[in-house]
Amino acid sequence: MKADSKFRRSSEWTPDMAADQSSPSSYVGVPSGVPTTAAEIARLVRFSEVSAVSVVDAYLQRIRELDAGVHAFNLVTADAARSAAQRVDADIAAGRDPGPLAGVPIAIKDNLCTRGIPTTCSSRILGDWKPPYDATVIERLRAAGAVFVGKTNLDEFAMGSSTENSAFGPTFNPHDISRVAGGSSGGSAAAVSAGFAPVSLGSDTGGSIRQPAALCGVVGVKPTYGTVSRYGLVAFASSLDQIGPFSTTVRDAAEILEVISGHDERDSTSIPQDPLDLVSVLDRGVEGLRIGRISDLPGGADPEIESRLEEAFDALRAGGATIVDVSLPSMTYALTAYYLIAPAEASSNLARYDGVRYGTRVEASDTNAMYAATREAGFGDEVKRRIMLGTYALSAGYYDAYYGKALKVRRLISDDFAQAYRSVDAILTPTSPVVAFPVGAKADDPLSMYLCDIYTIPTNLAGHPAMSVPFGTGDSDLPVGIQVLAPTLAEQTMFRVGAELERRAADQFRGGR
Amino acid sequence: MSAPESQRISPEAVRKVAKLARLELSTLEVDTMTRQLAGMLEHFADIDALDLSAVEPMTQPFPLVNVLRDDVIRPSLDRDEVLAEAPHAHEGRFQVPPVIGMDS
Amino acid sequence: MSTTQDTSLTNDTFVVDGYELVCGLEVHVELATATKLFSASPNRFGDEPNTNIDPVTLGLPGALPVLNRHAVELAMRIGLSLNCTVQPSTFHRKNYFYPDMPKAYQISQYDQPINVDGWLELPGGKRIGIERAHLEEDTGKSTHIGGSGGRIHGSDYSLIDFNRAGVPLVEIVSRPDISTPDEARQYLAELRQILVAIGASDAKMEEGSMRCDANVSVRKPGEPLGTRCEIKNVNSIRSLGRAIEYEVRRQVALLEDGEVIRQETRHWDETDGRTHTLRTKEDADDYRYFLEPDLVPLVPDPEWIERVRAALPMLPRERRQRLSEATNAAPDSESVMVVVERGQDDYVLAVGASGAVDALAVGARALVHVKEAYADQGPEPQVPAADLAALIDLETSGKLTATQAKQILADMVTSGGGDAAAIAAQRGFEALDDSVLVGLVDQVIASQAEAWSKFCAGEDKAMGALVGAVMKASQGKADGKAVTALLMSRRSS
Ligand SMILES: [Mg+2]
Ligand SMILES: [Zn+2]
Repeated sequence: MKADSKFRRSSEWTPDMAADQSSPSSYVGVPSGVPTTAAEIARLVRFSEVSAVSVVDAYLQRIRELDAGVHAFNLVTADAARSAAQRVDADIAAGRDPGPLAGVPIAIKDNLCTRGIPTTCSSRILGDWKPPYDATVIERLRAAGAVFVGKTNLDEFAMGSSTENSAFGPTFNPHDISRVAGGSSGGSAAAVSAGFAPVSLGSDTGGSIRQPAALCGVVGVKPTYGTVSRYGLVAFASSLDQIGPFSTTVRDAAEILEVISGHDERDSTSIPQDPLDLVSVLDRGVEGLRIGRISDLPGGADPEIESRLEEAFDALRAGGATIVDVSLPSMTYALTAYYLIAPAEASSNLARYDGVRYGTRVEASDTNAMYAATREAGFGDEVKRRIMLGTYALSAGYYDAYYGKALKVRRLISDDFAQAYRSVDAILTPTSPVVAFPVGAKADDPLSMYLCDIYTIPTNLAGHPAMSVPFGTGDSDLPVGIQVLAPTLAEQTMFRVGAELERRAADQFRGGR
Repeated sequence: MSAPESQRISPEAVRKVAKLARLELSTLEVDTMTRQLAGMLEHFADIDALDLSAVEPMTQPFPLVNVLRDDVIRPSLDRDEVLAEAPHAHEGRFQVPPVIGMDS
Repeated sequence: MSTTQDTSLTNDTFVVDGYELVCGLEVHVELATATKLFSASPNRFGDEPNTNIDPVTLGLPGALPVLNRHAVELAMRIGLSLNCTVQPSTFHRKNYFYPDMPKAYQISQYDQPINVDGWLELPGGKRIGIERAHLEEDTGKSTHIGGSGGRIHGSDYSLIDFNRAGVPLVEIVSRPDISTPDEARQYLAELRQILVAIGASDAKMEEGSMRCDANVSVRKPGEPLGTRCEIKNVNSIRSLGRAIEYEVRRQVALLEDGEVIRQETRHWDETDGRTHTLRTKEDADDYRYFLEPDLVPLVPDPEWIERVRAALPMLPRERRQRLSEATNAAPDSESVMVVVERGQDDYVLAVGASGAVDALAVGARALVHVKEAYADQGPEPQVPAADLAALIDLETSGKLTATQAKQILADMVTSGGGDAAAIAAQRGFEALDDSVLVGLVDQVIASQAEAWSKFCAGEDKAMGALVGAVMKASQGKADGKAVTALLMSRRSS
């Protein structure tokens, strides 16, 4: 496969540059003249009512016109996408099964390995590295007939909550390009929000799918740890990372998950189970479900977001669910546990970027000097900060006080959830305490950035599934996401609640998106 | 209860950690890093007071054991494709500058 | 070294200037699997550089390890052969940077190794404790180019081959129970034999599939343990003894000069016969061990462990015992040791069992013949056991001398067997009649009067000349043992 139509952003970017661009008022939308959900595309392509090529061309056209203002993509693989679409059309013409995602364009976060296609993690250190292999999710999507349109921007190595920590410059929120798309999967969220692809893949370590989904007004799902193979996902924090989809509808997220989930023998932490069965439960409603409201939820969310959360509870109550108060006393320590565990694992995972086997190298007189020069030049500030923090937390004399203690707090949080799920089937929280914030607003204050993930981090620690569903707007008419949490492997319950919220939101906020 | 920022981590410790992590921090970066790390560690002091003596550490979210594969060879990667990605290759191998002051 | 050292060395003590040796060994062995510990690329020595590579071996971004079941079984075999407890275990990451370490961490078992608390019994019966035998992955191979002769220091650059990276290793850590350089050698030799016997490794030190580091300290008897130094780069069983002996003398000389031993890692230099400082404890890396999040615990159930135990072959120690009982030779005698090491003990037993008379006597002769005749042969002697037994029957009944029997066996080895009596006839070997032998002896006593009188005066050395003369007179047909017996009886009569 050949990488083409390649465009890269300069690593020097200032907010004025966005203002300079002659830009439309909103980048939110969909291509015209073609179906715009994965489910519709796959159905119409399968029955030859529309060709896969015409669908992908419509999306590529929109990318060409608008991505200069959004910068969702690090790389657009237009030629490869068109050939893949042609193969799908040819399969159909020849009577072969084109797969459940026939002709569905999909954008891939640039930390998922794609054979022969640069995989950068938005880091200088990987240079133009072209993996010699495909991630398991890529293999499964290709086999299902999906069409890859490009690699999306992210915070370097998925470390961040705004996609500003990209070596190639930030991704902008399609709802307001002076604002961030969230992160770290900001490119994948923005791509779906801007109609550059009906669906995309991201990775979520502490909220990196759900938070940008909320900020960009799309659906984002982090499944149970071990549900989707991590093979070929460039590791940030191995015990927290999960791959998941972005989509405009809950149904599409279910369609993608049904394809990418299920056991993979190449990932030792992959749960030995069949692919998830989700689409079949979407219409079941929430009658009889017990939904948890966290009575001791750490505060600090925007008042409008708090209002949306209340309306979400009301909506579910209207659908026949009961709302039950639950307590998660240890949730307040989640941020600390996460910011010790994730950097510790990351400091080890990122040690392999040493200039020996792949990526970039800064030459020096001896190997140690080469390592230091390469890593100094190749990593951005946030990555260095986390490597430093993680190395410190694991180092002799500090392990027990930091990393060791964080692992115990992780257990407390997990136990709290287990206790809560004795009395409820799912829990609702805001996804993010804030709506999309202006580019640069939190750039100089790492801690305030970390607080963006206060509601998403606990589920990564527990390994549970969680999803963000758009639910009205907040400050400045920007999208608000409601997060649905569920116990391990309870994706069906979670999707029933997500689908109900989606239906209620459509009634309640018609035209308000 | 919590120590002042300056005592949470020193510039010397930051330098030592940078060396362990093979990061080459300039003096300016050491100062910034020391301040930022101290700020974070200050924030993370919220768990200092917890009594966790009876709590088992949790390292993995899903309890699996004995994940094993059969001892069967699969095709190797193509050496040329792999070496084409190397910053410096020579005679079928990866070349690095002299290895000094490291044990083997 | 400033002092002349007084060494007293017997079989089980090694004392230099009043200091005794305290030594433990860390042995790394590469397992005889088809694939690597955590990936499906081949575990094969001697291939073209960087041809046995995959995403896991190279530490490519996104690659994940999956544990090799066969490697686990071989590790269990090793543990069970060394009388260890096989227990639930986990893997950690040991973080350090080195160009031949692809991920910049080694996956190794740390505080929960698969095998703990065993022992290895030396041929003489002494038990050396085994602290642990754990699984870990090997590194790639660096070649240092330029400078002086491939050494790290002064090289111009290094080239890395990752074929060996990820090869499964078991690291076997002994307790510091070794008290002499000879025990260290015996330990390593015995361990090697066990590993080969159970099919865990080819254990070739020359190819690096078995590597040994020695932790050496000295102390006055009864005193607390001294500071230890770790000796690396010991590449043969012989070097191990030399390196330990050198290191003991170095440490004793320092202590006698009133200096202290620094805890450090030292490098054994085969060419100058010394150890050199490699690194001191102060610059020891901080490995930041933590549980490998990409792997899950290994919890072998008792049935699995028992299955592995039941499939173990007889170990060298038991085989030596068995051979000893069938031949009357001591279990740690050279011939028993050698024949078992070559794997020819089953053959010796078969020969003894097919003898017409006294299996023990036939076995004893078979042991000697096999040891000598099959020095460089494969483990499976081709001469049918019955043929060798027939030959030994002729020899023990006095129809052939030892020398003749040896010659006939050499013929049989060349042709893959044969009828001993027929070969003897062909070669013109006939038993010397007793009366002829007596005549020859009398003849020699008369012709070698001087030697005879010396022999009668008690000078046993003179006997050699007399026996030689009888042999010569018989044209090699006389049995040396019979001649000696005759001479002795003549002298005492
Ligand atoms: Mg060791
Ligand atoms: Zn080792």
